[in-house]
Amino acid sequence: MAMRKVAVVGAGMTRFVRRAQETARELTWQATHQALDSCGLTLDDVEAVCMGTAPDAFDGVHMKGEYLSDGAGAWRKPYMRSYVGGGTGVFVPIQGWYHVASGMFDVCLVVAEEKMSSFYPHAQAAFLTIFDHTTERPLKPNLLWIFALEMNRYMQTYGISKADIARVAVKNKRNAADHPSALLGDKNITVEDVLNSEVLAWPVNRLDVSPVTDGAVALVLAAEHVAQRITDKPVWIEGVGWSLDTAYWTNRDLAYPRYVEQAARMAYDMAGIREPRKEINIVEPYDPFDYKELHHLEGLLLADRGQAPQLLADGVTERTGNMPVCPSGGLLGVGNPIAAAGLMKIAELFWQLRGEAGARQVPGQPKRGLAQAWGDLMQVGTVVIMGR
Amino acid sequence: MSESSQNLPGTPLSEKDFQDGLILHSYDEMQARYAWDTGTAIGSYLAALKEGFLLGGRCSTCRRTVIPPRVVCEWCFRPMDEYVPLQDTGTVNTYSLCYVTWDVQRIREPEIPAVIEIDGASPLHGILHKLGEVDPQQVRIGMRVRAVWKEPAERQGAITDILYFKPIEEA
Repeated sequence: MAMRKVAVVGAGMTRFVRRAQETARELTWQATHQALDSCGLTLDDVEAVCMGTAPDAFDGVHMKGEYLSDGAGAWRKPYMRSYVGGGTGVFVPIQGWYHVASGMFDVCLVVAEEKMSSFYPHAQAAFLTIFDHTTERPLKPNLLWIFALEMNRYMQTYGISKADIARVAVKNKRNAADHPSALLGDKNITVEDVLNSEVLAWPVNRLDVSPVTDGAVALVLAAEHVAQRITDKPVWIEGVGWSLDTAYWTNRDLAYPRYVEQAARMAYDMAGIREPRKEINIVEPYDPFDYKELHHLEGLLLADRGQAPQLLADGVTERTGNMPVCPSGGLLGVGNPIAAAGLMKIAELFWQLRGEAGARQVPGQPKRGLAQAWGDLMQVGTVVIMGR
Repeated sequence: MSESSQNLPGTPLSEKDFQDGLILHSYDEMQARYAWDTGTAIGSYLAALKEGFLLGGRCSTCRRTVIPPRVVCEWCFRPMDEYVPLQDTGTVNTYSLCYVTWDVQRIREPEIPAVIEIDGASPLHGILHKLGEVDPQQVRIGMRVRAVWKEPAERQGAITDILYFKPIEEA
């Protein structure tokens, strides 16, 4: 199968805020406009648009993808919206990648937007229908349950403490202090602050969780011959992978995300990576909750099972460590507008690999990065590997 | 992407801006009502709950017993071979002490959602339910529990025919 090389050539993003004055469509346009400007293209150069955005229930707009399409520059163009829950932000660039890799299009916009603040009284309730309507919803579950249940199982299986996990939130919120779009950057936060924050659903405290956020991110993808005309610093999409586990989530191992491993293996194979721990220089795993960063590093085979907290304790995953993890500040620090948060991770790799991450720049001229997202009913893993 | 945040689009608002009427906005409530039929496998599961027992499904190809039962084994994609009655006892696989409701209202006494591995089902195969009649601080992963059922006359063929699971007294 002959696939063309695909590069990311431009990126843009809005600030991530708790509640934006701009509508969803306006936020979408802001990010898209910036991404095009960043590489000197106009909408005339764009042949197709891929849009990622999470449940219609957030906005109360049926077929929200179509509602947002004008903001994403999709007028009279081939347009497609994808949605795999929290995994969307790293799935939509995969979708854009195969639009271009296939030879169908030379330039494709990839846009992700979320406006969670419109939902009352709290966006969490928009997720309630994820639970099985007959066997689970009569128990009146809330979304925090599944995270708390998975975190507790993970802690118990490997003997990990809440303090071990709180260090992730501290690292990411400190990193986010250097991100101009960040909602929750905090240079001075400590492990005690996290442990002493309000208990929501033990073992989950308030500062273990990323916030409800509004925001948008956009990328421009181009085929090799176009990318080389546009920029001296293309960042190539070298590997992609995605995998879905069963929705019978109480019938599987909650301590280890097997589906993330499968997505990662698919992406490593495609990128020709045999020793991921040596060949991946920066990681942006999905961190809507602090334990998820650790859980995902293990699923990505970048840490042994139960050993990710040790990497953190040893400083390996700090921005200046051997394998920086979430140098952006992640969802915990920059914010978590669901689909846009995942695409923010891809944008971060783009800026880091080009040496354009400013105060967040990882030292040592990194060559290759990996971003991952996760979602649906704790069942989907999406992975993108990028290099220069 | 290192410019100052003043140059970035995205204008923050607060809840107070809405309450104080500083921002024009519209408000609406949506109605969505459904009646879900139960299907074959879950219908059998609910009928069993009404009778006072838990029902699993067996795949002889994968040699595993699942709960709730289903018509197809998602591993091998063959039809499930048989329904199997399971015990109403099990082991706590994981649990949480939850101090907020679905709409993030605070509650004083925690709810205790748990995944309970059901006796007779394959390892790591369980259901979501709640724990009761237990001091929240005493709950442990690995704790043995038993279902507490509604009175037979009150059962409706629903997961809530089990009120909660409670610890099994050590003999």
